[in-house]
Amino acid sequence: MSSSKLPDRLLEDVVIFDNRETQKTGAQALAPDHAPRQTLRGAPLPARGAITAPDTAASLQQRIEQFLYYQSELLDQKQWAAYIDLFSPDGIYWMPVTAEQTEWLDSPSIFAEDRRMMEIRMGRVQHPNAWSQAPQWGTSHIVGNIVIESADPSSIVVRSRFQMIELRRDNLRHFAGTYRHTLRRTGDDFKIALQRVDLLNGQAPFDYVLQVWV
Amino acid sequence: MQPLERLVEADRVHKSVYTDQEIFDREMENIWEKTWVYCGHETQLKKSGDYVTLQIGRQPMIMVRGMDGRVRVLYNRCPHRGVQLCGNRQGNTGSTFVCSYHAWTFHLDGKVKGIPLPHGYDGTRMNPENPDCSMKAAARVDSYRGFVFASLAVEGPTLLEFLGEARIAFDDMCDRSPEGAVDIVPVCHRVIQHSNWKFFMENQLDALHPSVTHQSTGVAASRVERAIKATGESPPLYYHYLSAFASSFDQWDSVQTINFPRGHGILKGYMGLRPDDPDTKEYVAAMYTAYGEKQAEVFLGRSIHHVLIYPYLSVQSPLQQLRVLRPIAPNKTLSEIWHFRLRGVSAAIYRRALWYFNLVNSPATMINADDLENWTKGQWGLESNGGDWVSFHRNYGGDTREGDIVYSNKGTSEAVMRSQFAAWTEYMR
Repeated sequence: MSSSKLPDRLLEDVVIFDNRETQKTGAQALAPDHAPRQTLRGAPLPARGAITAPDTAASLQQRIEQFLYYQSELLDQKQWAAYIDLFSPDGIYWMPVTAEQTEWLDSPSIFAEDRRMMEIRMGRVQHPNAWSQAPQWGTSHIVGNIVIESADPSSIVVRSRFQMIELRRDNLRHFAGTYRHTLRRTGDDFKIALQRVDLLNGQAPFDYVLQVWV
Repeated sequence: MQPLERLVEADRVHKSVYTDQEIFDREMENIWEKTWVYCGHETQLKKSGDYVTLQIGRQPMIMVRGMDGRVRVLYNRCPHRGVQLCGNRQGNTGSTFVCSYHAWTFHLDGKVKGIPLPHGYDGTRMNPENPDCSMKAAARVDSYRGFVFASLAVEGPTLLEFLGEARIAFDDMCDRSPEGAVDIVPVCHRVIQHSNWKFFMENQLDALHPSVTHQSTGVAASRVERAIKATGESPPLYYHYLSAFASSFDQWDSVQTINFPRGHGILKGYMGLRPDDPDTKEYVAAMYTAYGEKQAEVFLGRSIHHVLIYPYLSVQSPLQQLRVLRPIAPNKTLSEIWHFRLRGVSAAIYRRALWYFNLVNSPATMINADDLENWTKGQWGLESNGGDWVSFHRNYGGDTREGDIVYSNKGTSEAVMRSQFAAWTEYMR
């Protein structure tokens, strides 16, 4: 091999992109939004199951079930802002790769998002030029086997199982797994401090990717 | 198959190189099953008997650490009736491979160890001395800085000749550790691409596409990044991993690509991975101690976004991750995505690279979601009769050649694809 100029070349003409406020190029022009999501804008939020009984152990279970059903419904109706709002300000959505993982920040994950990162994901799928959202796309969740693992005056840990069918273009995909919610009580309601999602097929090959939270 | 001259011209290629089964089969035979193919990293095999299974072209292989500590690559096939010996993606097989069908056993170097009721073979030509009784090994195995490659061809360039200047991918990754080495993170994301493998390889150094394809993510990330700045906080570096994708065409055009023989290449850096914070200062100090200031600055100052090892590997060395392609069919490609941890750095420095792995390379990627959509539609378009040619005319004639290296001058030059197809033609002859 001849004496290489490559090492020098890699130290020369170094470019670092700045994040300019406005970047006027053809790339910034918005395409007309033909995505099916158009029709969903401004749709009313789904109704939440009302539980008025006093806070006995039985009704706590019912209220948590209603909370989880509501969460699924927000996802399936693409009510992203309302979905994010179920999380506490420091809430985390985490889908680890393996069941053994315990630290959301220091291990490789499928999703590892705080609310700001969730806002980026929402902003992305709502952008008219989110090309991957142009084909018809939707999900249907079922949540069950809901078990309160622990409950104290401030926080509640809930384990459940889910099944999710996703339609993309002409194809259905099937996902399943376990949710573990760490909920904080806020008056009569709850906020999610941590939603851990263990996907049964997390280490299987993904035929395409996951665009939003499961 | 048409003659190569009619498939590949200097500035355009025929669509069938992306769609034709016969061409795909010849690629498997002439390229994957001859050249050096990346198998894995030595730290995946910590002790003897540890193995991983992988695909080299159409061949199912096992990479295993032997009792003598050596890493070998064997065909995953029992010589008796052909059953695969390892049915799992990884594990430890102890001191032997055992066939689940008739209990033939093999040493970790592939040599036959035991056959049940061996007298049954008396007087036949199937006896333990016959090499046909043992597992077949890859013709050549070699490694560079811990990264293991195998070639199924006895003849051909050495691993170092094959890598050429593109070996900087592994130097750049390891040199960023004060100990000069990395450990693999034992998680592999696998994503199926419904497109020919060439879409991925071309896309990796295609600087015109990011601000179009990834505009939605780039814009959304910039918005949040600015909102954080408005509160007086400084946004973490990893927001820029996403927002940089929405940079202007002009900015992308200012990044250079460097194109080597055999189709390898480099997209120079653009993200500015050296923020001025206490974690970085501590890391730089450790690098100075390990290498001296001058050498450490060379290691830290290299402008690389990623390095392509043609035709199947994209190494993002400054953030210690790589993607390997395992083609399945003309219109179907498996990508394996791996991450490495620099030895001797703090959790904060590891976390910085991990964010890129999670945001850009995970199966919930906010970046590849749109790439995959493009490549799928690209494959469908090329399978149609709407046209015969794929255009690589951008900046044709405007590149600079120095010896056997081509500098694109313009970031958005299609020099990358022209260089890849020059290599492809050589392989396919």
